[in-house]
Amino acid sequence: MAGPDGAVNGEVVIDVSDLHVHYGPLEAVRGVDLRIERGEVFAFLGPNGAGKTTTVETLEGYRRRSAGQVTVLGVDPQHAGSSWRARIGVVLQESEPERDLTVSECLQLYAGYYPAPRSVEETLALVGLADRAGAIAGRLSGGQRRRLEVALALIGDPELLFLDEPTTGFDPSARRAAWDMISGLRSLGVTVFLTTHYMDEAEHLADRVAVIADGRIVAEGTPGTLAGRERAAAEIRFSLPAAMAREDLPVEVEKAVTGRNGDQLVLSAPVPLAVLGPLVRWAEERGADLADLEVRRPSLEDVYLALTAPDATGS
Amino acid sequence: MASSGGPVAAPTRRFWPFLRLSLHQFRFDLKAFFRNRQSRFFTLALPVLFLVIFSSVFGGLRPVKVPGGTIPAKEYYVPGLIALGIIAASFVNLVISVTVQRETGVLKRRRATPVAAASIIAGRALTAVVTALLITGVLLGIGWAFYRAHVPARTAPALVATVALGAVVFCCLGYALASVIRNEDAAQPITQAVILPLYFISGVFVPASIIPPWLLDVAKIFPVRHLAAALLSAYNPHTTGAGFAGGDLLVLVLWGVGGLVVALLRFSWLPLRR
Repeated sequence: MAGPDGAVNGEVVIDVSDLHVHYGPLEAVRGVDLRIERGEVFAFLGPNGAGKTTTVETLEGYRRRSAGQVTVLGVDPQHAGSSWRARIGVVLQESEPERDLTVSECLQLYAGYYPAPRSVEETLALVGLADRAGAIAGRLSGGQRRRLEVALALIGDPELLFLDEPTTGFDPSARRAAWDMISGLRSLGVTVFLTTHYMDEAEHLADRVAVIADGRIVAEGTPGTLAGRERAAAEIRFSLPAAMAREDLPVEVEKAVTGRNGDQLVLSAPVPLAVLGPLVRWAEERGADLADLEVRRPSLEDVYLALTAPDATGS
Repeated sequence: MASSGGPVAAPTRRFWPFLRLSLHQFRFDLKAFFRNRQSRFFTLALPVLFLVIFSSVFGGLRPVKVPGGTIPAKEYYVPGLIALGIIAASFVNLVISVTVQRETGVLKRRRATPVAAASIIAGRALTAVVTALLITGVLLGIGWAFYRAHVPARTAPALVATVALGAVVFCCLGYALASVIRNEDAAQPITQAVILPLYFISGVFVPASIIPPWLLDVAKIFPVRHLAAALLSAYNPHTTGAGFAGGDLLVLVLWGVGGLVVALLRFSWLPLRR
């Protein structure tokens, strides 16, 4: 349901404007706007307590908002019924499967809740649990348990999937496996709303990210362009060759120096080649090797940390 | 509890899906029940163990006075421990499993699916009723085989109805108690602390005829005494008539309604701990 200002390409699946949610006197969410289109993988980033889960739970229909407009699949979640719930899948941040049922029994139970479920075998294959179908859910490893929860969210063949911190507590290989699985959902055309506090996860999976801090969205964009990341100054670091001083550097290079990090000089370069060119020629003329030369763009994590630093949000 | 939304459909069109889903839920709840060692022990093994222990320890005592005559002490324990079995199946087991399911997010996740709350609750209650009937059958069988206790025939309908009603009432009370327990680890001790003293003063562990009248009066405030009395009435060979203990059943229903009101007012799909 695109508003009058909605110059959108695809169908809007989640439309949130000026969302406020209170817990008693505490305002956990303070005016959030979001718009997510069909087929997108959207990552919602933010530190613990920033309002991520509160926002997601409002979209899932668990929480009542204090103010604002929320539409999910064309329906206000606060008044949504079973036909709406048949179209969404929810993986909660903290939950356990049905302890005493086997993996495939869990899926059969949940399949019965939906009008047109996916088959149990197909769903198990989607999450890579086909070989654990007969295992008791309560005895699965942490990673397998999380996959089972994703399977339970997928069994109803949802159009929209909420994943609240799906890989928290995973070891690196389990995280990779989970990423492959979530990437696979994209090919099914499922819209994914993902919350995470792992930047690499957002970067790997998401088409678009938004950062929430202290109840407000502080930045929104693609992982590559968040907060002007692609235009931000590059950082250049190197150690001065022996017997050379900072004063010997070409003036374009010397001007860019912003500080030191141990033996290294740290330079900030809005146009990296304007500094790197003179630096490299200078080093070549002197036959010096800049063995530890590094050029890096701010990572998504740098951008995120800057955005969510306690003094960055002004409160 | 939220409505399932949309225009109100004709009751019959809503009833069949409700029934089908309740039975679906029941099938899996029953499976989970039998697979859980703690459920099996507290609900099935413990009443049997108590029947053996009490019949052995107190079985040699004088016959117990019951309305209309006396019955051997060994036989007295059959209906008494049926009460315990019903309460274990519906109340104790339900409080623990519902609290665990709520605190571990199972209820919350089910809430995100299209299934109606009524089907989940009905399926769970049906599990309690069926396991209560099962333990009743087991206790009657053991009593008959080992303690020469009779199996009621004429009052059998009253016994089955009392067991089923008792199970439903204690389900309501179980949902009420679960709604005030904030932590899954506390569920077992709190439930036992509530129910154990009531077993002692209500004629479950000791014959009601040797409990001081004032203590029995205290017990009569609570539903355990009325369940035990109603079961005795439906079991007692001296009972004339169908065996329905109208007064006791009425008090049980009132307790059940009270429990239902508390449960409806306080029921939460979300964990309470956070």
